[in-house]
Amino acid sequence: MRKPFLRPGVQFVFIALLLLAGRSASPVFAQASSDATLLSTLGQLRDADFSDKEKFVDQLDQSGHPSVQAILTALLEDRLYSRNDDMKVFLAKTAATEDTTSLDLIDPVTLKGAGSATLDNLTKIGTNNHLRRALQTMLARYKLSSPDAAVRLDAARNMENDLDEATVRIFQQRVAVETDSKVKEELSTGLALAALDGSDPQARLAAVNTLRHSLRQDVLNKLQTLLVQSSDGSYVESDANVRQAAASAAKSISRRRTFYSGFETLFFGLSLGSVLVLIAIGLAITFGVMGVINMAHGELMMLGAYTTYVVQTLMPNHTETSILVAIPAAFIVATLMGILIERSVIRFLYGRPLETLLATFGVSLILQQLVRTFFTALNRSVNTPNWMSGTLQVNEALSITYNRLYIVIFTMLVFAALLVVLKRTRLGLDIRAVSQNRAMARAMGIRSEWVDALTFGLGSGIAGVAGVALSQLTNVNPNLGQSYIIDSFMVVVFGGVGSLWGSLVGGMSMGIVNELLEPYAGAVLAKIFVLIVLILFIQTRPRGLFPPTGRSSEN
Amino acid sequence: MSVRKTLSLDKLTVSFDGFKALNDLTLQVDPGELRCIIGPNGAGKTTMMDVITGKTRPDSGTATFGSDLNLLSMSEPEIAQAGIGRKFQKPTVFERLTVFENLELALAGDKSFFHTLFARRTPKQDKRIYEVLEIIGLTTQHQTEAGTLAHGQKQWLEIGMLMMQEPELLLVDEPVAGMTPQEIERTAELLLSLAGEHSVVVVEHDMDFVRSIAKRVTVLHEGHVIAEGDMDKVQKDPRVIEVYLGA
Amino acid sequence: MANYTLWISARRDTGTGWFLGSLALIVIAVAVLNQAVPASSSLHVGAYGLTLVGKYLCYALLALAVDLIWGYCGILSLGHAAFFSLGGYAMGMYLMRQIGTRGVYGDPILPDFMVFLNYKSLPWFWHGFNHFAFALAMMMVVPAALALLFGWFAFRSRVTGVYLSIITQALTYALMLAFFRNDMGFGGNNGFTDFKDILGFDLHSDKVRVVLLVITGIVLAVSYLICRAIVSSRAGRVLRAIRDAESRTRFLGYRVATYKTWVFVISAVLAGIAGALYVPQIGIINPSEFSPINSIEVVIWVAVGGRGTLYGAAAGALLVNYAKTYFTSSIPEAWNYALGALFVLVTLFLPRGIVGLVSGRARKLKNAEPLPAQAKQQEPVSK
Repeated sequence: MRKPFLRPGVQFVFIALLLLAGRSASPVFAQASSDATLLSTLGQLRDADFSDKEKFVDQLDQSGHPSVQAILTALLEDRLYSRNDDMKVFLAKTAATEDTTSLDLIDPVTLKGAGSATLDNLTKIGTNNHLRRALQTMLARYKLSSPDAAVRLDAARNMENDLDEATVRIFQQRVAVETDSKVKEELSTGLALAALDGSDPQARLAAVNTLRHSLRQDVLNKLQTLLVQSSDGSYVESDANVRQAAASAAKSISRRRTFYSGFETLFFGLSLGSVLVLIAIGLAITFGVMGVINMAHGELMMLGAYTTYVVQTLMPNHTETSILVAIPAAFIVATLMGILIERSVIRFLYGRPLETLLATFGVSLILQQLVRTFFTALNRSVNTPNWMSGTLQVNEALSITYNRLYIVIFTMLVFAALLVVLKRTRLGLDIRAVSQNRAMARAMGIRSEWVDALTFGLGSGIAGVAGVALSQLTNVNPNLGQSYIIDSFMVVVFGGVGSLWGSLVGGMSMGIVNELLEPYAGAVLAKIFVLIVLILFIQTRPRGLFPPTGRSSEN
Repeated sequence: MSVRKTLSLDKLTVSFDGFKALNDLTLQVDPGELRCIIGPNGAGKTTMMDVITGKTRPDSGTATFGSDLNLLSMSEPEIAQAGIGRKFQKPTVFERLTVFENLELALAGDKSFFHTLFARRTPKQDKRIYEVLEIIGLTTQHQTEAGTLAHGQKQWLEIGMLMMQEPELLLVDEPVAGMTPQEIERTAELLLSLAGEHSVVVVEHDMDFVRSIAKRVTVLHEGHVIAEGDMDKVQKDPRVIEVYLGA
Repeated sequence: MANYTLWISARRDTGTGWFLGSLALIVIAVAVLNQAVPASSSLHVGAYGLTLVGKYLCYALLALAVDLIWGYCGILSLGHAAFFSLGGYAMGMYLMRQIGTRGVYGDPILPDFMVFLNYKSLPWFWHGFNHFAFALAMMMVVPAALALLFGWFAFRSRVTGVYLSIITQALTYALMLAFFRNDMGFGGNNGFTDFKDILGFDLHSDKVRVVLLVITGIVLAVSYLICRAIVSSRAGRVLRAIRDAESRTRFLGYRVATYKTWVFVISAVLAGIAGALYVPQIGIINPSEFSPINSIEVVIWVAVGGRGTLYGAAAGALLVNYAKTYFTSSIPEAWNYALGALFVLVTLFLPRGIVGLVSGRARKLKNAEPLPAQAKQQEPVSK
């Protein structure tokens, strides 16, 4: 697959080896003379103005002195100073801050401590952007030989920004000995990109074929620039074969990128949808099973989020596990609150859904104000545990954040658990009996008041658990419930009242549709559009996707 | 205005998923007649009414009202307009409106929003409401909220509302279910008074009530007419006895 | 029989009398206390007071609109503030154009926010708003059009009950999101403000405020009478029938969807007028007026006062907003508790509102006297 660039590389290595051999033959003398050279170059660097500084930095770089990496790093980090009284150049141990009065110095040759000096006795050797860029590229080269593969990868990436001949040679050198596959691929791609500017069409063709398998945006861009036609009819890429290859490679990369980005959108949609599903299934239970519209549902979610915050505050050194503790805690808190609401308010309003709506709205106001009183209206942040942070980079076109992934999985687990409870447990059977035919259920000895309280509690508990998930995605504040309540109602109305599967399908699809629209329409318009489509959908199917069978809540 | 039309059902068959709700049903109700339809549960009484009012379409057979009205080709509202009114089992009057207002709502005539917004009752309409109040015996309760009426009174009110549409044929489904004996007697009087001017078909289970009002009784069983005649004849019919009492 | 007919129409309606009387009293008192009483006196009602009462009256009108569809037809709209805001924005657009060269940027045609956002010319939907008559028409036409569209879709598909309420909430929420956008041409999250005058009269002058107040009072009274006429007509009885037994009403031959749509449109127009009267008095309109909480608050005014009575709704609006003004100035945090508690307590214990409480007492007193059955008073009842 790769054409070995050994010929010029071999020459270079040979010469370099000779030089190094020459150096090592007379180490002491060579060392002493190179130290002197180093110091003199440093002096010149100190005195030069910006346009010349780069020249001296280059000299340092070429010198091959072992201290050069440290010196150049210090220069980049604003840690290179000259001492005023003797004009000697030193590295500072740490960078100066506002409060610094004196700095610890390091000798540039030995890289050992060299006492300290006050800031007014030091003059910094400064850099400008141009110089910094050059320094970074140089330093990246050093990193390319680092034992740590991640450092090498990072260095390779940095160096790709400036693929001059020297860099190309270094890449060639490195790619031959590189053991890590990721770094190797990065180097090969870099070399191929450089080869595209070469003079040999065959080499260019080979490069294009190497690049065909990439998924990177910059590779795609480069291939596409080859196809640009200037006003006189000539193309950037003169050879027709190469052009053709480039065109087809670009198409292939583009297609695959779109495919993966489609996946990414799907994933984001699923993660957004799973949040909606979590919120909606609690609502679907209370609405479908009991005919109760709970406007305080969002606040129960908020309580779950705050519970997560409290748990984390109480377990300050255990961020990794606090979230696992928070889940049952939030469930219990929300369930208890739900049962309280049911017993004190909702119980008296059965059969009057509009009144229940209003009364629970009042409850939601009270809950919001309670939280404001105890926790203030400020945002509270909940930390994400490490095992949930970070990104899974599947390939260059597809990256998945762990927190969202876990939320999707979590939602599925909760959904499955709920299904099990409803279909397999005694409580679930009682709930379904009461929702289908209350009188009959009572006649059979089911204590419907208890079932009502527990059903409401269950729905509320799930809201609490949804709050735990939300705390990972957004800020926790008293208005948390309000932002999601309308969306969750829409999911329930769309999916069909009382239907768990309806909430699942409804929530996921709404999440995906929202994600699909956002790049085109922006977040707000996408939301508006979804709302309008939903309103129109309800016209055709007033009872939602999975309409309830049996006695409906309208009675 | 007296009714002249005959209700004629001929060989009606209705099946739901293989189950024959009506099986070759043939029946005729003369103008002004008061006919009772009896039969065990599932005999097809309700389905028969559904076919007459256009709620259900039969698989085969004919149903006509008078010489020119083919009920099977008319829609539900059209059939209602043509003068066939149906009273359902459960009384559904408007509980929070008064008796008078209930009857007023049932007035025949323009029911569009703008008309009702500006409409004033004509003396003729007032007279009609008053007449119906008299017939159903609720004159003194005309300002009472319908929800506070007794069960029997609600049934009469509903019959009254049906009357406001000036129907020619009344289909009455189990009118005396849940009524007290006095109420049942009043209902019998009411229905008898309606016959003549209107054709009345009553579906009922209460045999005493049927005996007190019916001249002719039709017995339905499994979607088919098994006996027809006056009460005595029907009660002695061996097939009827078998169906009601036998295994 | 002739007497009989008289009995029916002689329904005594003391509520209306009380309402109109109190309204006149309030408006006249406030006007007098502003104009005739010197500023130094403690009885003087300043500009703030005038604005406050004007606001209450606008809210009363909005409450009437909601009661018309909820108390009498059973349509619980949780998005009625949308119509209120649309009317308000229509008036606002007129007032913004009236500012003309007196704005910060001094552009004779473009309002300040447009200059700020680099608009080159007036968007098409702003044309015509420099004429008051046009704005007057728009404040009614736009809410009516939206209500017609919505009603056409919703009522024809027989969407009722809580589904309908949720959808109305979604509607106002969508509108709120839309109006918050800075590129819609409606002032974005700042809305409209800094009005100067209306029809040439300075909005900051007390005299003009008093006139606006009186006009609001008159509009409220006239709207009340219109609503009263509607609910007392046969159409009103049909509406109540729809509220109580929709299928039965349909079975009687009434086109339920048409009735609902028309009454919804009328209600939207009233709400729009209320909003249009609100804006010149308050001096500002912004998209937060569309927020769902506003619409839900209107419902609680009506519930507290007593739905299905009209005057109850207006009274509820006045009472609850007065309480809100009082609480939010003295103990702001307590207001949310109070409002929430109000929702819960009213639905649990006061289903007929305060009016129901009062008339219940009155009825108990009345039942002590022997009355002929025919002359029983028509009562405002809500379960």
